[in-house]
Amino acid sequence: MSTYIKKTFNAKNQLIQVAFLLAVIVIIAGAYISARDNLAELGISSGFDFLNRATGWGYGFSLLETSIEDPYKWTLFSGFINTLFLGSITIILPTALGFIIGTARDSYNITVQAMATLFIQTFRNIPLILQLVFWYAVLIHMPSPRQAHALFDVAYLSNRGMMIPSLKISLFMPIILVLILTFYWTFKNKINALKTLPSFWVYGILLVGTALYLLSVEGQLLSIPNLKGLRFVGGTTIPIELITMIISTSLYGAAYIAEVVRGGLNEVPKGLVEAGKSLGLSERMIWLRIKMPMALRTIIPPLGNQWVFMMKATTVGVAIGFSDLFMLISTSITQSGQTLELIAILMGSFLLINFSLAQFINYLNSRMTLKGH
Amino acid sequence: MSTRTHSALAHKSTFNVITKRLLHFLKTRAFFSKTDSIISLCFFTALFVIIYTILSWAIFDAVWTKENVAQCQDAVGACWSVIDARYRLIMFGLYPYDLHWRPSLACLTIVSTIILSCLPKLWEAKRLSLLWLVGFTTFFLLMEGSLLGLKQVTTDQWGGLALTLFLFASVVLVGMPMGLGLALARRSKLPLIRYGASIFIDLIRSLPLLTTLFIAAVVMPIVLPDWMTGDKIWRVIIAFSLFFACYQAEVFRGGFQAIPKGQFEAGDALGLSYFQILSHIIMPQVFRHSLPGTINMVVITFKETAIVIIIGFFDVLASANAAFGSGEWAPYYMEVYAFVALIYWSFIFSLSQYGAYLKKRMRIAIH
Repeated sequence: MSTYIKKTFNAKNQLIQVAFLLAVIVIIAGAYISARDNLAELGISSGFDFLNRATGWGYGFSLLETSIEDPYKWTLFSGFINTLFLGSITIILPTALGFIIGTARDSYNITVQAMATLFIQTFRNIPLILQLVFWYAVLIHMPSPRQAHALFDVAYLSNRGMMIPSLKISLFMPIILVLILTFYWTFKNKINALKTLPSFWVYGILLVGTALYLLSVEGQLLSIPNLKGLRFVGGTTIPIELITMIISTSLYGAAYIAEVVRGGLNEVPKGLVEAGKSLGLSERMIWLRIKMPMALRTIIPPLGNQWVFMMKATTVGVAIGFSDLFMLISTSITQSGQTLELIAILMGSFLLINFSLAQFINYLNSRMTLKGH
Repeated sequence: MSTRTHSALAHKSTFNVITKRLLHFLKTRAFFSKTDSIISLCFFTALFVIIYTILSWAIFDAVWTKENVAQCQDAVGACWSVIDARYRLIMFGLYPYDLHWRPSLACLTIVSTIILSCLPKLWEAKRLSLLWLVGFTTFFLLMEGSLLGLKQVTTDQWGGLALTLFLFASVVLVGMPMGLGLALARRSKLPLIRYGASIFIDLIRSLPLLTTLFIAAVVMPIVLPDWMTGDKIWRVIIAFSLFFACYQAEVFRGGFQAIPKGQFEAGDALGLSYFQILSHIIMPQVFRHSLPGTINMVVITFKETAIVIIIGFFDVLASANAAFGSGEWAPYYMEVYAFVALIYWSFIFSLSQYGAYLKKRMRIAIH
């Protein structure tokens, strides 16, 4: 009897699963068929051939060289780089700011605490996009370049963006530096010759080498913006969209991360802090050696979630015309009509970014767990 | 006579105690050491300056009515005349002007539904869902009108705060059962359904909300056959609800994990069916456990509704842009944004404070 019940029960379960699978197949097939019909009606041929076609339109901010004759693949790649660039800024700056404000929120000094609370409660409880359009409106109402606000006569803020001095170095140098450093860090403990070499020698040689190279090869190092007629010459201009994105995502993200940090600091057992005090450690040492290492274990998982969230939040930049991947994809869709392919690229890119970020967070987490637990 | 002296003495001593405590508090919390005192004074001054600047801009030096708009040009403070003149646009968008009593009443219904659902007395699946269904239906009927015999106003004329509230309420209402379904599917014993749900949840969670909404608005008309396409607003609501559901499913999953396995087994041993075990034993506890997380999700959802402006809805932010868009009010964008920010802020702040209070209360109850 019991085996009979079990059998029918199993049969029922199998039936449910088969029905589920069939439903998924039917949905996908139906979507495919109607997409094929709809696209044929619109006269759009599917496939990724359009990636090699020239776009014929330009866009604002880009880290790479661009022109309106670029093929779609270059434009999209440039958008991807912009998203990564903005994403890394919106991860690093808010994290730094968030740790400071979170620590301030945890301070015993009530005035410091009140200031941190004011900051958190203001910027956390207003939607990001509202903060974004607000700062954009503020910056767009800045004076024109001719009456730009000057900061120490080297940087200028106007409604065209922020003009800052720039270093005149080719991309070649930093790349070599990064390569050498990565090589050194990876093989520091694996190759005997490197093990015996004191690390300050390595850094010293690199520093002196960089300085010598900069002085001899590059000639004049700094380029300072200068008002010539109606516009600035020299230096680098940070476009207004980028400044807006940085300000608003930093404030919004910092408020969130500050709460995460405070939560982590709260979880540190009181006894540990008291033990530190009774050993005569200073406030700074207690924070550095006791509170932070303990708190980091509770901070990192939600901090990682916050990073993923910030990375995704960069897409709202489209509201003020920041040319990130999302904006370039949506412009490409209206221009080329290759909706499905472009959406697939968009989804793929975000899956890639989030997956890599998740791997990094897992790595951090595994580094942080207490040994022997 | 003697009693009077006594009470006076008592007053004096309580006064003394309070001052003593206050002094002690200040001594330990603000003037503990020399550096501490300096920091405190600096921060106190800064706080004072910030708050005073904001107050004098927003209140002391402000111009309040649209009749006084001429004063705005010389005023150093805020020019609230723009709000006085344009608040109807910000609140209700392009909704027919003489019918504005309907969205006002509808918004009031939704806000009171939200407030009512904060009462612990109503924390039962049946009562809560009934409350929300009634609240939402009233809202929809009032706004749409044709079923109540009023003049019909189609969804494309809705706007402003009313549209934001409509999106928010429908996302929560549709997304909540979806989230529960996904959470159950993810815990299912059947591997296909379990994996299907996991993949779906992880996929949606790793895409930005804007992408999901964009797909609903732009891609769905291509993928769906014509008869299924429907109105853009419904597609976006469903996509937004899916987003909500995928996050809410994870909140529920946390709630499920807090329940010992023995309770399922006890239910089995009593001969209860799967759904009986769920509805009578498990779910009431899961709801309680996941309440703080749920409130957090609701707060996030309310905040995120603001991005529908990007895919072309006339929500409260879009109508705010329109409010200072016309020439004469253009200089007063700051006031309009401040007004909208205040609406969002007060709503989100009170909800999240309530969530924090609940979390604290539950922590005490559990330990």
